[in-house]
Amino acid sequence: MTLDRSIEDLLRGLAPQVLGTLVRRSGRFDACEDAVQEALLAAAVQWPQEGVPDNPRAWLVTVASRRLTDHVRSEVARRRREDAIATAAALAGLVATGPDADLAPHEDDTLTLLFLCCHPALSPASQIALTLRAVGGLTTAQIARAFLVPEPTMAQRISRAKQTIRSAGARFSLPPPDERADRLAVVLHVLYLVFNEGYTATSGPEIHRVELTTEAIRLTRDLHRVLPDDGEVAGLLALMLLIDARRPARTDGAGHLIPLAEQDRSRWNRAAIAEGIALITETLRRAPIGPYQIQAAIAAVHDEAPTPEATDWRQICVLYEMLERMTPNPMVTLNRAVAVAMVDGPRAGLDLLARIDSDARIAGHHRLLAVRAHLLEMAGEPAAARTAYRAAARRTTSIPERRYLDARAARLAGADPEGGSLDGGSLDGGSLVEAGSRTAAAARTAPTGQPAGPANRADRP
Amino acid sequence: MKYVILIHSNPAAWAALPPEEADRVIGDHFAMIRELQESGELVTQFGLADPETARTVRHSAGSLVVTDGPFSEAKEQLLGLFVVDVASEERLVEVSSPLAQYAVVEVRPVMVEAGDEM
Repeated sequence: MTLDRSIEDLLRGLAPQVLGTLVRRSGRFDACEDAVQEALLAAAVQWPQEGVPDNPRAWLVTVASRRLTDHVRSEVARRRREDAIATAAALAGLVATGPDADLAPHEDDTLTLLFLCCHPALSPASQIALTLRAVGGLTTAQIARAFLVPEPTMAQRISRAKQTIRSAGARFSLPPPDERADRLAVVLHVLYLVFNEGYTATSGPEIHRVELTTEAIRLTRDLHRVLPDDGEVAGLLALMLLIDARRPARTDGAGHLIPLAEQDRSRWNRAAIAEGIALITETLRRAPIGPYQIQAAIAAVHDEAPTPEATDWRQICVLYEMLERMTPNPMVTLNRAVAVAMVDGPRAGLDLLARIDSDARIAGHHRLLAVRAHLLEMAGEPAAARTAYRAAARRTTSIPERRYLDARAARLAGADPEGGSLDGGSLDGGSLVEAGSRTAAAARTAPTGQPAGPANRADRP
Repeated sequence: MKYVILIHSNPAAWAALPPEEADRVIGDHFAMIRELQESGELVTQFGLADPETARTVRHSAGSLVVTDGPFSEAKEQLLGLFVVDVASEERLVEVSSPLAQYAVVEVRPVMVEAGDEM
C-alpha cells in the first residue's frame, strides 16, 4: 500500500500518543497495542479517500477504543463462565469515555512506551520489533521487510514480546528513579541497534525497506525532546546525525562501499553535520560525559575535516583513549590502533593490535583482520596485507564488506611478496575509525548483560 | 542474526530406521519447528525430496548440461534446511540439537547487505 507521505508521517507521530492515552485508561498494553494498530490501518485506508479528520488524534483514540471494546466483548463472551465479574468490570472501565483531559497527549507517553518496549526481560530483537511498532507506528509488514523475515515470524515475535512483558508484570509507568539510568541505557542501545541495522549499503534486491536510520533518528529526536537535559540522549542523536550525514557518499551506484578517505565530501549532508556538531558541542559543555558523546565527538572531528589529510588524528587519539578508559573493550582498542597509526605510524598501530590479539572477544574477527591488513599495507608489507585482507573477507558475513576486502586484496596481487615498497597505497585508516566508532557503541553491553549487534560477532572466535 | 541450518544425512540409513524411532525423530523436528514459529525465530524451513530426484545443472564447454542425480557423490546428502533468526550461537546450537539426530548438521551465517566501511 502506498500512502501519502504526509498522512503516514502524521499517523506515525500520533501512534505513541494514541497508545499512551488508551493504556493509561485501561492499563492493558498488549490489547491496546493491537487496537491502535488496527486504528492506524483503518486511518491509512480511509483518510486518503475521505480526507484527514479535523482532530486526527481524537479520531484514532475513538476508533482504537472501539476496537479495544470489541476485543474485550468477545473476550467476555469467551470467558463468561470463568470470571464474568472481573471482565465485565474491565469492560465497564473501557467503555466509559474519559474526560477531555484524558484525551490530551502526555509528554511522558513516548518515554514510558520506550521503557516498556525496551523491557530488560526481552531479547534485543524483540525490543527492536516492539519499539518500531508501538512507538514508531510501523506495521508488522514494514518491520518484517526491514529485517528480512516473513511477516508471520515478525508478528509472532511481537506477540511473544507482549506476552513476556505481561508476565514480567511490567506496568505502564516510568521505572522508579533508581532504575531509570539502567533502563534508559537499554532504550538508547535499542535505538542505536535500529540505526545500525538501517545503516546498509544501498545495494541488493531489498529496495522497499523502510529507512531504519531515519526511523532511529526520528525516535531519538523524540526522546531528546522529552529528555533535553540527558547528555547521552543528545550524544546518541548527534552521533546518528553525524554518521548518517555521510550516507550519500558511502556507496557508489553499484553498492560498493567507499572508504571514508575516498568519499566525495561534497556529497555529505551539511545540514545534518551542522546540527550534529552544534548538538554535541553544546552537550559536551554542560552534561556529564558519556560514551555516546565521545563517539559523536569523534564523528564530528571526521565530518569537520575538509579533506582526509586535514583530519585531526591527535584529537581522535585522545577521544579514543577517553572512550577506552570509560568502556574498556577490544573494539575500542582496535579503533584506537588506527588513530595511533595515523599519528605515530603503522608500526605503533600494529603494536597496539598485538595487545588484543589474544582477546577471545575479538580474536579472528574480520574487523581485526581488516585493520591489520590496512596497517600492514601502510607499513609497506603488501604480501602480508593481502593475506590479512583475504582472511578478513572470509570472516565477514556482509556482502559489500567481502567485496571491498577482496578488491583490496586483489589490488595487492601483483605486490612483491618480499615486502617491497608500495606506491599509491591510500591511507584510509579514517574509514576504519569511522566504522569503528559505530561498532564501539554497538559493543556496549546492555545492562541485561547481552551484547548485541556487531559486539555479538566480536564475541565469536 | 540469521543462520542456515543444513541437515546432512544418509537417506538409506534414515530409511532403515525402525518406524517408531523415525516417528519419534520427526516428532522432535516438528516440536522444534513449532517452538521456532512461536518464538518468532523461524524464517523458513524445508525438507528435501530424496537425492535420487535431484538434477544437476551446469555449463560445460559452452553449453548447458543437465544430468540426473545429486551434485555430491557422498553418502551423506542434504536432506533439509532451516533458516533461523536467533540471538546467539548458544541458541543456534540448542535449536540444532534435535535436528542432528541420525544426521550431521552444519550451521552457517547468512550474508547480509548491510556493511561498514572497512
